[in-house]
Amino acid sequence: MRKVYHKIIHISGNVITVEADGVAYNELAEVTSARGVSLAQVIRLDGSRVSLQVFAGSRGVSTGDQVRFLGREMQVSGSDDLLGRIFNGRGAPRDHRPDVDSELIEIGAPSVNPAKRIIPRHMIRTNIPMIDVFNTLVESQKLPIFSVAGEPYNELLARIALQAEVDVIVLGGMGLKYDDYLIFKRTLDEHGALSRTVMFIHTASDPTVECLMVPDMALAVAEAYALRGKRVLCLLTDMTNYADALKEIAITMEQIPATRGYPGDLYSQLASRYEKAVDFDGAGSITILAVTTMPGDDVTHPVPDNTGYITEGQFYLRNGRIEPFGSLSRLKQQVNGRTREDHRAIMDAMIRLYSDYKSTLEKQSMGFKMTAWDNKLLKYGKRFENEMMDLSVNIPLEAALNLGWRILADCFERAEVGIKTDLCDKFWPGEKAPAAE
Amino acid sequence: MAEQNKTLEKVVGVNGNMITIEFTDQVMQNEVAFAHVGDARLKSEVIRVRGNRADLQVFESTNGLKVGDAVEFTGELLSVELGPGLLSQVYDGLQNPLNLLAEQEGFFLKRGVYLRALDRERQWHFTPLAAAGDEVGPGDRVGSVPEGTITHYIMVPLAWRGRWRLESVVAEGDYTIDDAVAVAVSDQGEKRRITMTQFWPVKVPIADYSEKLLPEKTLVTQQRTIDTFFPVAVGGTFCTPGPFGAGKTVLQHAISRYAEADVVVVAACGERAGEVVEILREYPELEDPRTGRSLMDRSIIICNTSSMPVAAREASVYTAVTMAEYYRQMGLNTLLLADSTSRWAQALREMSGRLEEIPGEEAFPAYLESLIAGFYERAGLVRLRTGETGSVTIGGAVSPAGGNFEEPVTQATLKVVGAFLGLSRERSDARRYPAIHPLESWSKYHSLVNEKELEFARGILRRGSEVAQMMKVIGEEGTSLDDFLIYLKSEFLDYVYLQQNTFDSVDGATDAERQRYMFDMVCRVLHETFGFDGKDAARTYFLELRQLFIDSNYLKLDSVEFKSQESAIEAKIAEGKQNA
Repeated sequence: MRKVYHKIIHISGNVITVEADGVAYNELAEVTSARGVSLAQVIRLDGSRVSLQVFAGSRGVSTGDQVRFLGREMQVSGSDDLLGRIFNGRGAPRDHRPDVDSELIEIGAPSVNPAKRIIPRHMIRTNIPMIDVFNTLVESQKLPIFSVAGEPYNELLARIALQAEVDVIVLGGMGLKYDDYLIFKRTLDEHGALSRTVMFIHTASDPTVECLMVPDMALAVAEAYALRGKRVLCLLTDMTNYADALKEIAITMEQIPATRGYPGDLYSQLASRYEKAVDFDGAGSITILAVTTMPGDDVTHPVPDNTGYITEGQFYLRNGRIEPFGSLSRLKQQVNGRTREDHRAIMDAMIRLYSDYKSTLEKQSMGFKMTAWDNKLLKYGKRFENEMMDLSVNIPLEAALNLGWRILADCFERAEVGIKTDLCDKFWPGEKAPAAE
Repeated sequence: MAEQNKTLEKVVGVNGNMITIEFTDQVMQNEVAFAHVGDARLKSEVIRVRGNRADLQVFESTNGLKVGDAVEFTGELLSVELGPGLLSQVYDGLQNPLNLLAEQEGFFLKRGVYLRALDRERQWHFTPLAAAGDEVGPGDRVGSVPEGTITHYIMVPLAWRGRWRLESVVAEGDYTIDDAVAVAVSDQGEKRRITMTQFWPVKVPIADYSEKLLPEKTLVTQQRTIDTFFPVAVGGTFCTPGPFGAGKTVLQHAISRYAEADVVVVAACGERAGEVVEILREYPELEDPRTGRSLMDRSIIICNTSSMPVAAREASVYTAVTMAEYYRQMGLNTLLLADSTSRWAQALREMSGRLEEIPGEEAFPAYLESLIAGFYERAGLVRLRTGETGSVTIGGAVSPAGGNFEEPVTQATLKVVGAFLGLSRERSDARRYPAIHPLESWSKYHSLVNEKELEFARGILRRGSEVAQMMKVIGEEGTSLDDFLIYLKSEFLDYVYLQQNTFDSVDGATDAERQRYMFDMVCRVLHETFGFDGKDAARTYFLELRQLFIDSNYLKLDSVEFKSQESAIEAKIAEGKQNA
């Protein structure tokens, strides 16, 4: 029987301090107050003063309430029984079904030895040309979608999840609007994907601290499956809410903030989650697709900025389209040399010309005379936006590459596109396409 | 390491990766200690002493530590083991061999497991260079062993003091690193064994040389923008700051592959594990054209990636530079690439925050600048006491927050480096790689090519950029044909010379000879007076010329295809001159 402590000496924000002995750092405790029982986690030891973050929040916690230490760290089940289940930010069932307590694993396990990782080599096909052709998603990649409130990022996430060929989907929702949670659930259900999905959902109305556990639990489960040879896709939305929860606790603990109130270890905290993305040498893989909403559409905000340095690229979702500039898949080089020989050439040439189109647009808006070259670019840019960038386009990579050649050939002469001559010889379409294509 | 002076103290506080202990005996600043939690011993380092309390940064996760847990002090500073067998190894920031750890512990980096950095079983062929009776001092060579293609000198440990007399030296033969290859006696009569390995505290520079020389020779990295426009010197320093996605790491990898250095130490400090994996898996397969051996044979990888403990990240750059200095002592040219020094600075910031120090700009500690300067100053070209020269060249990637170079880490770095290769978002967005900004970057070192021609080429770039700016305002039709030609020439120079495809085996590496040859060709075009009917004709001509050059970049210099491509280029240039 573990000792119960009654001496809460400090309550501030969602952090309480209690006098206790023999408590381990990061240990869990139960705080029983008039509002019920809540989990809490040790975040600082100072002599006999133990500070804990209370998951349900400190509202209604009285100085005389009891704190019982559990002698263990946060755990989650890694068993197959989790498939099809929905949990909240404490790891308790959200779907009114029984608790799962078999094969318990500790969350926040140590980092993977880099020597046990392998170079990612499998493309994940999404049938979205802006991803497949220009910024190929690769198994074991960690990639955020940078967006702003109001953009269809959760829809995009769900669509990629459904079309990607993976064994298990783990969804971690942080500060998710309740409607979005229902939409995720319905979309996955409609496509019969719910049975291979595990969800950890913290909604916007749940206590903030519970948000902090979501990525760790989702990734611990993902890791357990990956170690059993499964290819896991982990979706995390929205990591900005997670970072804000970190900020809240840091400020409460009177830590010196680094930039805009965020703690100095924001980079390390985010990195230790994103770095769970892995292709194990001799087991499965974890691919992480996250959403980071940029406050004020500002990419230099600490959350997207730090994220960009951690992840292997990013997709910018703006005006319902994946922007070709700024969007980047750092791992694309691993796979796009082996898809089709013209993949890289098309990718580079089309983006370069689209960039030229953008400067022509600028010139045009300032009222300058358009040269013959400018007119070619204008024609090209329109077609690129309508036929490639639009998110409703749903075609496989090869069809998208053919379409790319078609667009180039319809707009330019061979020498103007800057593609190596031997590729042009092979792929340059002969005649103008029928207008209907 | 010495087993004496061990005392046990008690933990009184835990705050993230910092623990506070109360001590009864004495502690030393930066002393290494081990905190006991269950069966595990967590390596930590004293970073502050106040009264009878000391704060220690723990190089592992502190989960599970309790008040009252024992902490064992070693009396030693944080040190690395130096000796034959370092090359081709992969270590974490504390010199834990990761491959061995993977064999022993599997997928994860279990905390509290520290393995011997060097292989104790392996036999090395030792050839004595000193004899019994010789008087020696620290750093003097006792013998040598071949390590790959280099001669690895076995030295009297650098940490020893005073003069010693060799009592015995073993005969030529095969020995392990722990076998005594010599026995030395001091004036006071103390007797010590000399083995092939020694320990050195990482935060102290190895200063065993007769003088520091001015770095003047260009370090060929085979990257055209660098060697020609913003060269790095052997023994110099450079930094590559850039926003995320601008290609810092790709550039660093290219340099580590193609740079003409004897030993390359790559410190992946707080960056993505995936990037290290590329090195780990690819380098053993890649051939170093200078030696014909695997690229891994000349490399040491220190990787403390972003999810590995943050305090060890702080140590990792020091571990790396200490190894580079050690090989410098063999008369070799070593290159240290640190990616990224910003993560290192952030590790300092995290600890500073935990220590509740008064923060400087952006909460970085006030001593950030002096630490950065101290790190880069460990680079240099030196004349060793043997008369040979050796060098450490340091290149650090910097990841400025928001891509803004005004931030403290970039600014502190710029003060102390000899070359600044600034990567720009603008160029990377336009897929112009490497994205080194040709107008904002600078270097204080000597270029591979003729400096006068270089100035001329720079002038074209500068004026081309001015014309481009102007055209945005007054439009193409308001620009004179002469100005427009300058713009086209600067674009031409950019496309065929500055831009380089790292992923192509030919274009990715341009040696010194080819750079000079190509640069002359390109300059001929830049000097040429062309005559055109109009801007469209000029643009078309330059696009075609550009294509011919780009195609030639992918051809081997001694190939038949290159020769015919060259004649095509000549014909094209002649064609352009006709109307002039």
